[in-house]
Amino acid sequence: MRLRLGLALLGALALGAALAPLAQAWLGHDPFAPDLLARFGPPSAEHPLGTDDLGRDILLRLLHGARVSLAVGLAVALGATLLGTGIGLLAAWRGGWVEAVLMRLADGLLSLPALPLLVVLAAVDTGRFGLPRGEALSDILRIAVILVAFGWVPVARLSRAAALTQLSLDYVAAARVAGAGEARVLLRHVLPNIAAPIAVATALSVAGAILAESTLSFLGLGIQPPAPSWGNMLSNAQEMVFSAPLAAVWPGLAILLAVAGCTLVADGVRQRLG
Amino acid sequence: MLRLILGRLVQIAATLALVSAATWLAMGLMPGDPIDLALMADPKLTAEDAARLRALHGLDQPLHARYLAWAAAVLRGEFGHSRLFAVPAAQVLWPALGSTLVLLGWSLLLAAVLGVLLGAWGAARRRAAPVVDGIAILAQSTPSFWLGILLVILFAVELGWLPAGGLADSPGVAEAARFLILPVATLAIVNLAAYARHALAALQAELGADYIRTARMKGLSERAILWRHAFPNAAIPVVTVLALDAGSLVSGALVTETIFARPGMGKLIYDAVMGNDYNLALLALLLAALVTMLATLAADVAQRLIDPRLSR
Repeated sequence: MRLRLGLALLGALALGAALAPLAQAWLGHDPFAPDLLARFGPPSAEHPLGTDDLGRDILLRLLHGARVSLAVGLAVALGATLLGTGIGLLAAWRGGWVEAVLMRLADGLLSLPALPLLVVLAAVDTGRFGLPRGEALSDILRIAVILVAFGWVPVARLSRAAALTQLSLDYVAAARVAGAGEARVLLRHVLPNIAAPIAVATALSVAGAILAESTLSFLGLGIQPPAPSWGNMLSNAQEMVFSAPLAAVWPGLAILLAVAGCTLVADGVRQRLG
Repeated sequence: MLRLILGRLVQIAATLALVSAATWLAMGLMPGDPIDLALMADPKLTAEDAARLRALHGLDQPLHARYLAWAAAVLRGEFGHSRLFAVPAAQVLWPALGSTLVLLGWSLLLAAVLGVLLGAWGAARRRAAPVVDGIAILAQSTPSFWLGILLVILFAVELGWLPAGGLADSPGVAEAARFLILPVATLAIVNLAAYARHALAALQAELGADYIRTARMKGLSERAILWRHAFPNAAIPVVTVLALDAGSLVSGALVTETIFARPGMGKLIYDAVMGNDYNLALLALLLAALVTMLATLAADVAQRLIDPRLSR
């Protein structure tokens, strides 16, 4: 039930993101071009959700923002899951000081207030590494890298705990006796058996990434305008709460639905596991 | 217990050292050092002036030498100056910390009390459990900045009952409280979800235990069973949330303080980073991290006091 509801929410958002160019062609506006004669337009057949302070169509900008949010969410999920699973497996398998160092590092990162650190990291000038500044794609990449730096921690803790349990079971010993190498034991035997808790952690990391990206964009440190993201649309809307309060409702609702979708999927997977 | 506290203090010191070194490196990569800014502000400065100024302030030294000199000064209690506010950094830091602790204290209290009440309601009434779950998922998924803006639109713009942000002009507790209501409500609503979910799950588990059946057989009222018997045992996971959530509370303070223009630690870090005030940004970040980790430690100690089994 939860799983279905969550997947339906995420599916609807993904569909909206995929259909953004189509909707753009159908409505016939450019969501990036200002139209100063149509500022603060009310919802109409032409602009289903109205227009913003520069006369741009809010619905189309929301759909384009969905692409940004989902891209960041997926990139972080991929990076955090790979890194976290690798670190968790390594810690559980190697033990000793390697495990101690990695897990203390995880504890340390978990005990810190994340957002102030993210703000500092997001302000780093990537131009000094020779990356282009202010382009949507490089912004997405920059935010994803920063979020992965924190996002691997829950995945690593969960996968380490699950892997420790699996490594103590008889079938692992049996595989070793049968002559399986350590790499084979970890990748073919342990990994499939800890996939479910990792999936839960991944779903939660997508939720965290979408929330963190929109927060950073809201603060002006994430995706830079004119590229639309739900976060920077909201920071724009905050400045005009007196003239167009409705414009502040939609981007937040989109974030809420996306994050709730991921949380429901995580809950649903956990429930299925019993 | 003493070993736990001492061990954690060592860990906190190590974390702070690592964070400060890493942040120093990151800030070395941020655009514009103070002399660049001075050059922009005063076109009459020559290249020689800039070099002389850099040498005067030690900016010609390599990054690690500057870090060690800075760390030594901070350990001696010399916090240096804030470039942004043009006063000694300590003069901005302590009032900001006070303001943030007031905000966080009320939000935490409200979030924990409301969360536990919601959880208890869900556990006592079988029908209410899915409702509580739904509320918790909604609250957890709500971006705090959006909720803040919505509250401003409703209570400040439309109804005009409460100020949209800032601090009280006139002294007085009632006036200060009026400015606190919206930020505290924002933070509390976003944070109550974790308490509600954990209280619900823990109370549901306890209410199924044998000692509860015994209490019912004795003829105790449902209310006494819930609060006198089940709740003390269910309180442990709730305190765990307290320990885990210290970081997210401080993160939430950054957002709420920025939206409601409250001068606190969060807004200070944000303003300092945006204004290239490296020294202040780093000090504020470390102070926020220290407060967070001390809060986590306090919650862990409290947890061991409630549940002596954990100390063994």
